[in-house]
This record gives sequence, C-alpha cells and structure tokens, in this order.
Amino acid sequence: MNETPLRELIPAVTGVLVRRGADFATAEDAVQEALIRALASWPTDPPADPKGWLITVAWRRFLDVTRAESARQAREARVEAEPQPGPATDTDDTLQLYFLCAHPSLTPGSAVALTLRAVGGLTTRQIADAYMVPEATMAQRISRAKRTVSGVRFDEPGNLATVLRVLYLVFNEGYSGEVDLAEEAIRLTRQLTSMTDGEEAAGLHALMLLHHARRAARMTPEGALVPLAEQDRTRWDSELIAEGVAILQIALAHDRLGEYQAQAAIAALHADAQTAEETDWAQIVEWYDELDRLTDNPVVRLNRAVAVGEAVGPHAGLAALEQVDAAVPRRTAVEAYLRERTGDLALAARLYSDAARTASNLAERDHLTRQAARLHDVPRVLREKELRHR
Amino acid sequence: MAKYLLLKHYRGGPTPVVEFEPLDRWAPDKVDAHIQYMHDFAAKLEGTGEFVDGQALSPEGTFVRYDGEDRPPVTDGPFAETKDVIAGWMVIDVETYERAVELAGELSAAPGPDGKPIYEWLELRPFLTEAPAVTE
Repeated sequence: MNETPLRELIPAVTGVLVRRGADFATAEDAVQEALIRALASWPTDPPADPKGWLITVAWRRFLDVTRAESARQAREARVEAEPQPGPATDTDDTLQLYFLCAHPSLTPGSAVALTLRAVGGLTTRQIADAYMVPEATMAQRISRAKRTVSGVRFDEPGNLATVLRVLYLVFNEGYSGEVDLAEEAIRLTRQLTSMTDGEEAAGLHALMLLHHARRAARMTPEGALVPLAEQDRTRWDSELIAEGVAILQIALAHDRLGEYQAQAAIAALHADAQTAEETDWAQIVEWYDELDRLTDNPVVRLNRAVAVGEAVGPHAGLAALEQVDAAVPRRTAVEAYLRERTGDLALAARLYSDAARTASNLAERDHLTRQAARLHDVPRVLREKELRHR
Repeated sequence: MAKYLLLKHYRGGPTPVVEFEPLDRWAPDKVDAHIQYMHDFAAKLEGTGEFVDGQALSPEGTFVRYDGEDRPPVTDGPFAETKDVIAGWMVIDVETYERAVELAGELSAAPGPDGKPIYEWLELRPFLTEAPAVTE
C-alpha cells in the first residue's frame, strides 16, 4: 500500500480532535493508534471515507483512554466548559502542528521525532528504524517532547525558522531505513509552502529538490562517495532541477533573501553547469559572500574558500582558508585538495590522511583515505613510468 | 542527534584514580549495588530517549584469524594478562558531545566496594555517521 495519502491525512485528523477539546498529547496518541490500525486493515479493507474513518477510530480511542483515566462525565464536563475555538480549516490545523512540533523549547532531535510522527504521519517504529534507535527509546523521546510543549496553546503564532531548521535536519541527516526521509522531508516542505508564502520555505524546498536531483550520481553502487566534479551529470534528475530552479526564481523575485534561498542559488548554479568545467565559480563566490553576511557560519567560509580556489586559483583558495578556524570540520580535507592543486603532493597526501582520521562520516572517511592512498602512490607510479621510459 | 559508544574497560586506559579489587572480591551487596546502578542508568536513558544499546562481555576472548584457503581458521588465547580488556559497552544517542561527556561522567560514578563512586575511566567514541545530503 502507498502510505503517503494516509499520512497526508494525519495532521488534519489530530486537528479535528484538538478542536473537539482533546489535549494535543492524548489526541496525537489516539491518532497514532488509528494510523497503526489503518496500516493493518486498509490494504484488504479500504474505507470509503478514509478521513472519516480515521476521525471515528481516533476519537473512539481518545474517549477510551480518557474514560480509563477519569470518569467520563468529568471529562465531558471539562470539554463542555472549554470555549469552542472558532471555525478552522485543515490547513490551519496542519500549519499549527508544524509550529507546535518544532517549537523553540524543543531540542532539535525531539522536534524532528515529533514532527515526523504528528505532521508526517510516520509510526514510532518507522521513526526509530530511520534513526537506528530502539522503538522504546523513540517512544520516550516523543512523549517527552509532547510534555515539553504541553503548555503551548495550539493556536499560538509559530516560528517558521525553527520549522525550516527541523525539515532541513530531516532532509540532511536521514538514514536510509524503511521510509525515505529525504523524500519525506521534501513532501513536508512542499506541503508547508502550500500553506505559507514565506520565501525561505520556498528556498528550502528548492534547495532540497536541487540536492535530491543529484542523489543517484552522488554514490557509486558500492556506496563510495563521488565528488561533485566527478559526478555523471547525465544521471542528475533534470525534472527535479527544473522544478527547484522555478521555485527558487519565484522566491528570489520577492527580494527578501535568506540563507536557504542563497544555498539553493548555489545548488542551482552547479545544476546549471553541463560539465564541472562550465561551473560559474565567480558567481558562486558571490553567493557565498551573501550567505556569509546572512549566517556568520564558519562552514560557509570554508565552502567559500573552495569556491575561491576554483574561481581564482588554489593559492587564493588557501588564502581564503586562513580565515577559517582550524577546528571547523572538513577544513583539513579542503586544505589537502587545494595543496594538491598547487602541486605540493607530499603535503596534500599527509593532510588527506589527517582529514580521514577526523572525518565524521564513513563515506567521507573512505573517500579521503582513497585520496591519501592515491597521492602516496604517486612516487611509485612516477618511478614505474621512469623505468618504462628507459 | 549523534551516537556515542561508552566503552568500559576492565584494564587499560589511563591510570585508575582509585585502585580496586576485581568485582568478584567485593561484598555481595556491593556487587548488587554496582550492577543495579548500571541497570538504573540504562533505564533512565531509555526514559530520556537517549538509550540505544548496552551489552556486557565475558572477559575471556579468543583471537581468530584466516589461515589460508581450505584451512580452518587459527585460534589463539584466551590470554590471562592482556593489557586492555573490554568489559562492555553502552551506545547512546544524544544532542551534543557535551551531553555525551556528562552521561559518561555519571556512569563512571557507579558505586565501588565501599559504596562510594569508583571514578572509573570510560572511553567515549563517536560513531561515524551517514554522509549528509547537502555538501556545499
């Protein structure tokens, strides 16, 4: 069964329960229960009205739970006494859920888990699987997150910046479990942009599409990292690129630049180049300058040094690198690359080895180890060549 | 979130702050208290949504290696006095490195034969992650 249409209904169903007077935490649990039942029964017995089915099952579940907790009458009296919220649409409810699940009081990890469950409609087991932790741990992480936001009013104005940060994390740091988190992040961001007119939401959407377009070319079938310059660009998804560029252009036209739009612009410039040599590095450097002004992020300055290295030359790149703190991850890898281009192969080989030792992810470490091995191998290759020439 | 391994050694690592007899020489109730502390710590981390896995290892291990085609693997050991013996591990999934250090410090305070913290050195190792999707 394609679970996406079912998942899309989840936030609206939670919204209906909350508007009937249920508290968010209990309502969300009841909807999760209904979701699990739907996943079990819909493949063989699909309902005529899926949303109505979910509301009925979730509401019944909510009443069962609250009845067990306290006398039903007391509960109903309380619900009765609460002022009924004004008319609301599914869109309002869903948008409020985005805000609530990415509330600034939550840590990033909790906000990611809660968003995937309450907005994404994933089961706890699927989220646990995606982040490689036991289901019991993920269940606790989610219920703690719900306790943290229990005092937040459902209709409180939200913070779009934290929502975007959470969606970016889901896209960027997902593992490949049963659910494709990159696809899920794109779906949730697309849905968000349909409910808000923020340029940065559009910028993030474009950024995701432009990076996702390269996914097939980013790794070899064996899982080895392929650097951007060496990727087979015919394997980039041109439809996703076109969609990403179109979304970005509309966002940029509003002239309210933000970090996601600037990052997307850089990705778009890469996407635009038919070959690595055609890349407009000068313009990419300008976008990094914009990004640097917007974020004050040392990683941006590191990536800028790479771009300067390509636009001007490796010595200029190394000069730009001097302004990057030595503790910034991947700095040594960048220096290795630039040193190799200046012709200092011995130093480059040593730096690649150092960078491999401190790499934080496996694919990058293996890639850097191969680079070091390639350069350490140069003297032997040269010697053999020399022998053949004699 | 980031995953870390908390590695508990029987021997090896920096010089112990306090020297103790091995666990099998402690008073039984002190052994129980020590083990209970580990269980409580794991249960607490499950409650905070940070627990991934915890396992204890037998101190006696065997070294095994390939010995050429059509030959059975060669085994060696166990060795009574190897320099470093791993007693067990715990895997945690936390927001920051600082949180990982805080938790390791807490686990290191498990009670010893006199009921006071043993100040044991724990080794903290980050897991290598998946490659991020956004690279430039």
